[in-house]
Amino acid sequence: MTTQTLSLAPWLVATPLIGAALLLLVGRRSDRWGHWLGVLASTATFVIGLVILLDMLGVDAEQRVATSSVGTWIDAGAFTVDLGFQLDPLSMTFVMLVSFVGTLIHVYSVAYMSHDRDRRRFFAYLNLFVAAMLLLVLADNYLLLFVGWEGVGLASYLLIGFWDHKLPNAVAGKKAFLMNRVGDMGLIVAMMLMLATFGALDFGTVLGSAEAADQGITTAIGLMLLLAACGKSAQLPLQAWLGDAMAGPTPVSALIHAATMVTAGVYLLVRSGPLLEAAPDAQLVVAIVGALTLLFGAIVGCAKDDIKKALAASTMSQIGYMMLAAGLGPVGYAFAIFHLVTHGFFKAGLFLGAGSVMHAMDDDVDMRRFGGLARLLPVTAITMGLGWLAILGVPPFSGFYSKDKIIETAFVGEGWQPWVFGTAALLGAGITAYYMSRLFFMTFAGRRRWLIGEGAEARHPHESPALMIWPMIILAVGSVGLGFALNAGDRFVHWLEPVTGHAEHEEPVLPIWLIVSLTLLLVVVGAAIAFRQYAVAKVPTTPPPAPALVRAARVDLHQDDVNETLVMRPGQYLTRSMVFADRTAVDAGWLGLAGGVGRLGSWLRGWQSGYARQYAAITLGGLGVIVLVIWLVATAG
Amino acid sequence: MELTNYLYLAVVLFALGATTVLLRRNTIVVFMGIELMLNATNLALVTFARMHGDITGQVLAFFVMVVAAAEVVVGLAIIVTIFRARRSASVDDVNLLKS
Amino acid sequence: MTVSGGETVLFWVLAPLMVIAAAGLLVVRRAVHAAVCVVFVMISLAVLYVAQEAPFLGVVQVVVYTGAVMMLFLFVLMLVGVDAADSLTETIRGQRWIGLLLGAGLASVLCGVIAQSTFPPPQGLAEANAVTNPVALARVVMEHYVVAMEVVGILLVTAALAGLVLTHRRRIGNKPTQRALAEAKIAAVPTGRHLSPLPAPGVYAQNNAMDTPALDHTGRPLEHSVPRVLRIRGQQREAAELLTAEQTLVHRELEGPDDPVPSVGPDSSEGETR
Repeated sequence: MTTQTLSLAPWLVATPLIGAALLLLVGRRSDRWGHWLGVLASTATFVIGLVILLDMLGVDAEQRVATSSVGTWIDAGAFTVDLGFQLDPLSMTFVMLVSFVGTLIHVYSVAYMSHDRDRRRFFAYLNLFVAAMLLLVLADNYLLLFVGWEGVGLASYLLIGFWDHKLPNAVAGKKAFLMNRVGDMGLIVAMMLMLATFGALDFGTVLGSAEAADQGITTAIGLMLLLAACGKSAQLPLQAWLGDAMAGPTPVSALIHAATMVTAGVYLLVRSGPLLEAAPDAQLVVAIVGALTLLFGAIVGCAKDDIKKALAASTMSQIGYMMLAAGLGPVGYAFAIFHLVTHGFFKAGLFLGAGSVMHAMDDDVDMRRFGGLARLLPVTAITMGLGWLAILGVPPFSGFYSKDKIIETAFVGEGWQPWVFGTAALLGAGITAYYMSRLFFMTFAGRRRWLIGEGAEARHPHESPALMIWPMIILAVGSVGLGFALNAGDRFVHWLEPVTGHAEHEEPVLPIWLIVSLTLLLVVVGAAIAFRQYAVAKVPTTPPPAPALVRAARVDLHQDDVNETLVMRPGQYLTRSMVFADRTAVDAGWLGLAGGVGRLGSWLRGWQSGYARQYAAITLGGLGVIVLVIWLVATAG
Repeated sequence: MELTNYLYLAVVLFALGATTVLLRRNTIVVFMGIELMLNATNLALVTFARMHGDITGQVLAFFVMVVAAAEVVVGLAIIVTIFRARRSASVDDVNLLKS
Repeated sequence: MTVSGGETVLFWVLAPLMVIAAAGLLVVRRAVHAAVCVVFVMISLAVLYVAQEAPFLGVVQVVVYTGAVMMLFLFVLMLVGVDAADSLTETIRGQRWIGLLLGAGLASVLCGVIAQSTFPPPQGLAEANAVTNPVALARVVMEHYVVAMEVVGILLVTAALAGLVLTHRRRIGNKPTQRALAEAKIAAVPTGRHLSPLPAPGVYAQNNAMDTPALDHTGRPLEHSVPRVLRIRGQQREAAELLTAEQTLVHRELEGPDDPVPSVGPDSSEGETR
């Protein structure tokens, strides 16, 4: 790639950052045009990314990996960290995803947030997010990546709690922030281990020498990276924040909590691929976490009546697929990223569709109060329908190509692993079909349940304005065609090869035609059950009594109770006892000492008569003593 | 006669000046005690100069005199100011420095 | 170098006197007397300086200390009040004994130091003073202590300014006009203020008349006609005793010793005393 192109890399981060800074610093004066500035910054970023991408496509595969350094960031003797940007197919994939989907969502937000007093601030945060996310994927070392990592965490926190005058929203933001901190500790510890083992933090050194390192160390680093990924990507056991994060505005849920930020964990693991390959145990744990989370999210998704929370559970589950693929080694990396990209499109589309439905339903999110909206919101119904088919994995939609590849790959290997992971992925596909169909049918098919109950007369569902429609249409087009376009001739896999390495094709333990057939069968069965229950049968407007598993799924399989019992209560008890110890032992000790000094001072103060002559006498006495001592010492010596 | 006799005289004068500072309550007399101590020091300096054949001792005594003159100006001005404010020249009346 | 016999005599004459004068500082009641004691010590010191081959310092001692510093002391004493005698009773418990003890202790410790030390054989300043003492001093000052000299000059100027600033009294009210003063005088009449000037003290040829009070129209002595300072010191005289002496004298000269002395009373002395 040319040096001019390389020098553009910092502008990918700087452009949205400048946009955010302008919007935040100029303040209310920019209220009238601020949102368009945000859109402009995001679009400009996309254009810069496109220029770099075209340049990268023009060179041979071997020359597509390059770094561009702005300068030295930290210089501490033998340890230096550059302010360096890594340009390669993997990071460019993310750049395109983030800037393209991000720009669409910026446009969508112009209309969606048009009645919000703080729209300018919203766009400032969106721009901040884009900048931080691009820094995360473009960094050429773990420390700079960490800056972006924290930046997206900050933007996520600010946007979840955007309507912070409502207490639950503020609490949700706090929850996301705190749980992300747990993951961040993992990344920090991983960086410490890298520094201690390799003496550097840049990808080149760390990943290049991972193979030669002690396996215990790499396993530890791998597990810590997994912890970080779990925090950011809402995987077990740090998954609890994602559902509450839906308190943020819907465009935020679409961009940050579906398409981009939550996939940063997958990026981290794929980027650290050589490290994980040097630690098979850690790799296995990654796959297990992925498999568990994909089932967990799918089960929770089946019971949720809140349209956004159902989608959030789905996101969790789909990222579980990606984690599973990332845990399968080089053979899975490309598919993880492939699914990540297609998922970014169709899930963002689904969320925007959900936003459109909420827009029509006066911000109601309870699917039991929806129904029969297809006629009234035709564009929304069609775009969401396309997204629905994509996530189901119906050929030839995007999800079919990406998800089926992961299921196939899960069946590759020896021993018990292919059977367990393969079965989990297969089951997950069936459950996904059920809950996504449930979501779709509850919203668009069946009776018009929003006509039942209070306030029904006031409701006049209507299609959203053009600024919201067009992003949905574009994303729907992506949901339909992206998978096919990228899969043709394994184009995407080859594109990523400079980063993920070439993986030999291995045969799964079951024949491929059988796996595809089984998957499609399960999908059809799941969708059929959902159709019977939610499109044909009457849907009650309040949740009916249900078996224990469903009740548990309605409350996220008791994830908050588990966290509270295992972490929060013991933590609170610990802090309380430490406060008590601090008060009774430490404070009392020091206060006692201070009081003692004070009393000593008061006692000494009694000696002060205020008479200058007495002070002079003391001075003279001191002088006499000093002379005497000097004299005695001098004569003695 | 030994030159040390001058030193003994200086010591006695110095001690008498110091005692004056300690015992007298009239600020002006206290100040005179201080002047006496300075003079005693000067005597010692002059004697040492003679003893060592080095005239620098006299230079030092000269500087002491100049500084003492400056000190007297300021000191007496302070005494006058205090007297104006409190109608008293007793050091014991200025005892606000106590607890 | 040896100390001449003359200097020995001078020292043994002056030293005891100086010690006595310095000790006087401890015991005299009046500040003026203390000032005189200090002046004596200082002049004696000047003499000793001259004897000790430091004629320049001797002159400076007289000019600066005795001439300027002690005069300043006397001025301040006049400002503060010459008349107030200092009480010698000690008010701080134990201070007198502590002070005496410390003074004696210091003297003995320092004397011990001098007695214990071995000094080199005295060199004398004949060599250094070959170009005359002031010139020798000037050479040392101007060669080695120029900066100190300048700094001390600045100090003197600063001190002079400080003296001005410290003794400056800021006017806090308007300057009183003659009208205001007159009105204040009138307003004070009910509280005993005299509009007229104070009566002059009596004038009698035989005595310093300043201490004799004038008599009013009833022959009663007027206390406030005697200057305040004399009254405070208790040096005023009774008018009656003076009149008696006067009349006795007159009577003796005119008529002879047998006539009785008329009693001095408010009625009979009117007119004669003014």
